[in-house]
Amino acid sequence: MTELRGVGIGLGVAQGPVARMAEPLPAPGDEPSTRSADEERTRARDAVAAVARELEERGAQAGGAAQEVLEAQAMMAEDPTLEGEIDARIDQGKTAEWAVHDAFASFREALAAMGGYLGERAADLDDVAQRVIARLRGVPAPGVPDPGHPFVLVAKDLAPADTALLDLDQVLALVTTEGGPTSHTAILAREKAIVAVVGAAAAADLADGETVIVDAAAGVVTTDPSADELERAQRRADARRDAASAPITDGALKDGTAIPLLANLGNPEGAAEAVALGAEGVGLFRTEFLFLSASQAPTVAQQRESYEKLLSAFAGKKVVVRVLDAGADKPLPFLNDAHEENPALGLRGLRALRASEDILREQLTALAEADAATRAAGTGADLWVMAPMVSTVEETAYFTAIAREYGIRTAGVMVEVPSSALLADRVLRIADFASIGTNDLTQYTLAADRLLGSVAAFQDPWHPAVLRLVGEVGAAGRTHGKPVGICGEAAADPLLAVVLVGLGATSLSMAPTALADVRATLLEHDLVDAQRIAEAALAADDAASAREAARSAAANLKETQS
Amino acid sequence: MTALTRTVHIGSSHGLHARPAKLFAQAAKDAGIPVTIAKDSGTPVNAASILGVIALGVEHGDYVTLTAEGDGAEETLDRLAELLTTDHDA
Repeated sequence: MTELRGVGIGLGVAQGPVARMAEPLPAPGDEPSTRSADEERTRARDAVAAVARELEERGAQAGGAAQEVLEAQAMMAEDPTLEGEIDARIDQGKTAEWAVHDAFASFREALAAMGGYLGERAADLDDVAQRVIARLRGVPAPGVPDPGHPFVLVAKDLAPADTALLDLDQVLALVTTEGGPTSHTAILAREKAIVAVVGAAAAADLADGETVIVDAAAGVVTTDPSADELERAQRRADARRDAASAPITDGALKDGTAIPLLANLGNPEGAAEAVALGAEGVGLFRTEFLFLSASQAPTVAQQRESYEKLLSAFAGKKVVVRVLDAGADKPLPFLNDAHEENPALGLRGLRALRASEDILREQLTALAEADAATRAAGTGADLWVMAPMVSTVEETAYFTAIAREYGIRTAGVMVEVPSSALLADRVLRIADFASIGTNDLTQYTLAADRLLGSVAAFQDPWHPAVLRLVGEVGAAGRTHGKPVGICGEAAADPLLAVVLVGLGATSLSMAPTALADVRATLLEHDLVDAQRIAEAALAADDAASAREAARSAAANLKETQS
Repeated sequence: MTALTRTVHIGSSHGLHARPAKLFAQAAKDAGIPVTIAKDSGTPVNAASILGVIALGVEHGDYVTLTAEGDGAEETLDRLAELLTTDHDA
C-alpha cells in the first residue's frame, strides 16, 4: 500500500474503483482536410447529433433543473446558426474538428463579451464543443466520467458545471489533486456528505479502475490496499452509518454545555432537510438567491414572501438572516458595476449596501414585515439580522442603528475582516452578537484570494493566526455576555469545531449534512478539553501543525480519561 | 406568400434567457417554417437558434418583432407571442 496525503473533508471513509475525470482536449490544429467537404459535413453532423442525443439522455436521467440545463445544451449543439458557421468553415476546406472548434469559439466570445448570465453560458458552450470534438476524435469526452458503476472520482478540481452533472448516487468518494478545504469540491462534499480528500497532488498518478481507500478523517488516500485494510475501512464506514442514524440531540459538549447547532441555508427550500437533520435553527441565511438572477432588486413583497416561508419553517427557533452580501465572488450589477482591481477589497458587503441604502432599507422592511406577519400567525421565529463584511466599529453602529429603526430586535455583525476581530471588544459593545465567517476571515488574514487556485494552500482556517483572531472575538463575547457564532466552512470540520468552541464560540452553523459528525465529536469533549485542544492548535506555527497538534491533544485527553 | 410580422412585449421576468429562451427556440423549431426574431429595430435572427436568441440579450419589458412565412404562419405567431408574453419564472 501507498498513502497519498491531502486534506480530508469530514470524517468519512469509502473505498472503490477509480474513475478519472479526463483533462480538456488540446485545441485542434488548423490543417487542411484530406476528406471531401461532404464527408467532413457528415462527420460533423453525426458527431453533433450523437452528442445532442447523449445530453438529452443524461438530462432525462437527471430530471429537474439539471434536465433543463442539459436539454438547452443539446439545443446549442444542434443550433442552426452554429451549423451554418460550421458548414461555412468546412466549405473552406477545414477539418470537421477545426470547424467545430472555431465556430463554437466565435459564439463563445460573443457570449463571454456580454458578461453576467450570458457569459456563464460560454462555459456551457465550451463543454458542448469539447464533447463534439472528443466524439470526432474517438476519445472519451472530458468532464465527469460515467463508467456505469459506482466509482471514486479523481479530478484536478471540480467546477460547478461538473458537479451539476455529477450523478451523486454513483460517486463513492471524491479525490482532487488541486484545491483546498474551501474549494468548490470541498463545499460540495460537505453539502452532500460525500467522503472527500482534496489537494492530494500525488493522486494525479492514480489509474482508472484501481481500487483505493479514501479516508477523509485522516486526509489519506490508500492505494493497493490489503484485504485487511479494505475490511477495516468497511467496518468503519458501517459504524459511521449507524452513528448517523443515532438519535438527534441538541448540540452539547460532554459536560452538558449547550452549543446550538444551526444550519447554513441559501434558500427557504432547504429548511425541511435541515430540520430533519437536527438543525436547531438557522445560523446563516444567505439572501443572495433573491437577487442573483435579477437585473434589479426584488420588490419588498417578493422578499417578504421568501422570509415568511423561512421563518415559519423554523417557528420558535433562532433564524439569523444576513442582509445582501454582494461583491467579489458574487457581483450584482445593480449594486456595483464598477470594475475593481481587487474586488475582495472593494465596494462589497455592507459597504455596497451603504452606497445603495434603499436596497438595505427595503430588505429590512421586508424582514420586519415577515417577522410581524409570522408572529401574528403564531409561526414566528426568533429573528436575528446581521450585516456582512463589517470592518469598523462605526459600520457596526451604522448597521445596528438602521436595523433597530425597523424594529429588528437582534442586530449583529459578521466578523470576516481582521480589523473587526481585533476590535471585537468594541464591536460587541454595540452589536447584539457576532458571527464569524471563517472563509473570508482566512482570506483576509492570510492575504490570499480565496478564488485563486495558485494561493489555495493559504486558505486554511486552521491557521493559528486565524484561530487567534477567533479567540479575540470569543473573549470579547465573554466580556460583554454576547453570543459569538461561527458560520463559515470551519464549523463543519468536527475537530476544528471543538477548537472554535474552546476559543469561545457559543454556536456553530454549517451545511446541514455536517451536523451529525459535529454533534458526535462535540459530545466527546468537555469545555476544559476543548480549551486545551484550542491552546495546542494556537501554539502551532502553521495550519497543518495546528491540525496535527489538536488531533494529538484530543487523542491524549481521551486516553487519560478512559 | 407574404411574411407576417408581430411585435410583442416580453413578459418573462428574467427576459429571454435560460429556460424561456429554450422554450421559445424549441417552439420556433417545432413550427417547421422559417421564423425570425428581432429586438427593437435590430437585425432579425433565426428564432429556432437558441444561441441567436440568447445572444439578443432580450430583457423583461423589451419589445421584439417576430416574422414568419409559410403554412400556419398566423398560428405559429400566435403561439410564439403567447410564450413571450407569459412569465415562465413566476
